[in-house]
Amino acid sequence: MTIALETQNLEKQFGGLRVTRDLSLKIEQGARHALIGPNGAGKTTVINQLTGVLKPNSGRILLEGQDITDLPVHKRVLRGLSRTFQINQLYPDLTPLETIGLAVSERLGHGGDWWRRMGTRSDVNGEIADLLTRFHLLDVMNEETVTLPYGKQRLLEIAVAIAAKPRVLLLDEPAAGVPESERHDILAVVGSLPRDVTVLLIEHDMDLVFSFADRISVLVSGALLTEGPPEQVARDPQVKAVYLGEEAVNV
Amino acid sequence: MNASSDVGYHAQRHARWHYGEAVFWLAVLACGFVFPNRYLIMTDILRLALFAMSLDLILGYAGIVSLGHAAFFGVGAYAAGLLALHGIVNEPVLALIVAGLAAMVLGFATSFLVIRGVDLTRLMVTLGIALLLEALAERFSNITGGTDGLQGIEMQPILGEIPFDMFGKAGFFYSLAVLFVLFLLARRIVHSPFGLSLRAIKNNPLRAAAIGIPVNRRLIAIYTLAAFYAGIAGALFTQTTAIASLDVFAFDRSADLMLVLVIGGTGYLYGGLIGAVLFRLLQEVFSTITPQYWQFWIGLVLVVIVLVGRQRLHRWMLYVPNLIIKQVAGRKAVVAVPEGDS
Repeated sequence: MTIALETQNLEKQFGGLRVTRDLSLKIEQGARHALIGPNGAGKTTVINQLTGVLKPNSGRILLEGQDITDLPVHKRVLRGLSRTFQINQLYPDLTPLETIGLAVSERLGHGGDWWRRMGTRSDVNGEIADLLTRFHLLDVMNEETVTLPYGKQRLLEIAVAIAAKPRVLLLDEPAAGVPESERHDILAVVGSLPRDVTVLLIEHDMDLVFSFADRISVLVSGALLTEGPPEQVARDPQVKAVYLGEEAVNV
Repeated sequence: MNASSDVGYHAQRHARWHYGEAVFWLAVLACGFVFPNRYLIMTDILRLALFAMSLDLILGYAGIVSLGHAAFFGVGAYAAGLLALHGIVNEPVLALIVAGLAAMVLGFATSFLVIRGVDLTRLMVTLGIALLLEALAERFSNITGGTDGLQGIEMQPILGEIPFDMFGKAGFFYSLAVLFVLFLLARRIVHSPFGLSLRAIKNNPLRAAAIGIPVNRRLIAIYTLAAFYAGIAGALFTQTTAIASLDVFAFDRSADLMLVLVIGGTGYLYGGLIGAVLFRLLQEVFSTITPQYWQFWIGLVLVVIVLVGRQRLHRWMLYVPNLIIKQVAGRKAVVAVPEGDS
């Protein structure tokens, strides 16, 4: 099995606080990998280091075998590492059409194009139309993002990440805050991602984790507690103690 | 229509020309024939409009605030003055471009300082650079003429054909042509993927980087371009007035520019143009009524604008023009109102 994304002895400190402790993760090509842990375990800090928002104090990050530890955020994206945010990070004044159009343009290398009008490349337009349709955003494509209902914004958040055609996709709590009635759309979209995309899911919702992931890593206080297939993790007494409480988990 | 061409159609929604825009430019052109004894102030407005458009490019699109935009205006002004005075480049249009390039070089060099900070840092850095240049211009008086400024500039005919006349007619149409060409260029740029990426950076730099936009590179590019525009505005100032003095770097000039954009609105290119007209008209009206206290009234107008909200003011002011346009065009063609500026 090839490894899509790997961290080697990752270490991050904020002042005297060690938020990531000697973390070594291996995520296989095509995996549906989940990273779980209680609040404050440092999950989002890990994501921020993977994507380049934060620099680790030591350790390495490898994307498909290549060291990306020192690459800036946008270069990692162009190499195929894309993410969604736990709290929507969208452009309030831009429309879904413009938001996705930009992501597609950047990926195809037309982002710096300053002479040609937006919307005059048929390959870009085709892709935008596909994504808008797939994510149920076609009807609201000309509305400003800030005016969209939360569920639609959440779909757009994921659509933007997908528009970068990632080989590794980091999903940071994709269903967070989405009302029950709109959860189905999000879960369906996440579930229908093509298998050649490797997914690392950070999630609180245990139902989602256990229905989606084929491998789970448990993070506690910035260190890896245990790792394994869902059944094994669910039975692990340590995991039950620190994270799931004594509550039994149905797999 | 299938989804793809539909997307293409809507993506170019803002890039298409509106009737209101044509009306606007025709009206500006008409002013040149209707008010033949007002060329000087009209030329002044055109220069201010170009200068404001330059600030709009970085403020309205990329979200970079600046209190020292006069730095580039000043460099352009002195460059054009020196080129003409020493006969280095005699032809005005070529000299204009060279002066713009000089400001552009400064813009590129200082962009690295400006992109680093957040808003407050940027205000201070840009202000500092303008003050620094003003002091330098005063210090090297053997080149700049110091407090006396550059004197005895004689402008050669435009393109070797059209001489600058004492009524300022040639200067007006020359300035208008320059403004229009640069407006077309800016319009092209803001509706390109590059221009859209600037708005994305202004909205959310974190997400912009997360979809692969090289944020710093884009900011450097637009800052450099804006410096070019401001340099051209400064060069026009020297060419049409035949003077360049230290006040081209003055803080007032940068601050006025902010007021122009507050009045006109940002992020739709016409803000600087409309703002320049209104600002100068207000200035004229108020200084006729109370020569000493006109700034009080300008201040009051600004407070009202902020309190009432620009969106609403525009709707009131453009109510009649829009009504007429709707009658003529017969559909939802209205004068551009700024969208989503804050």
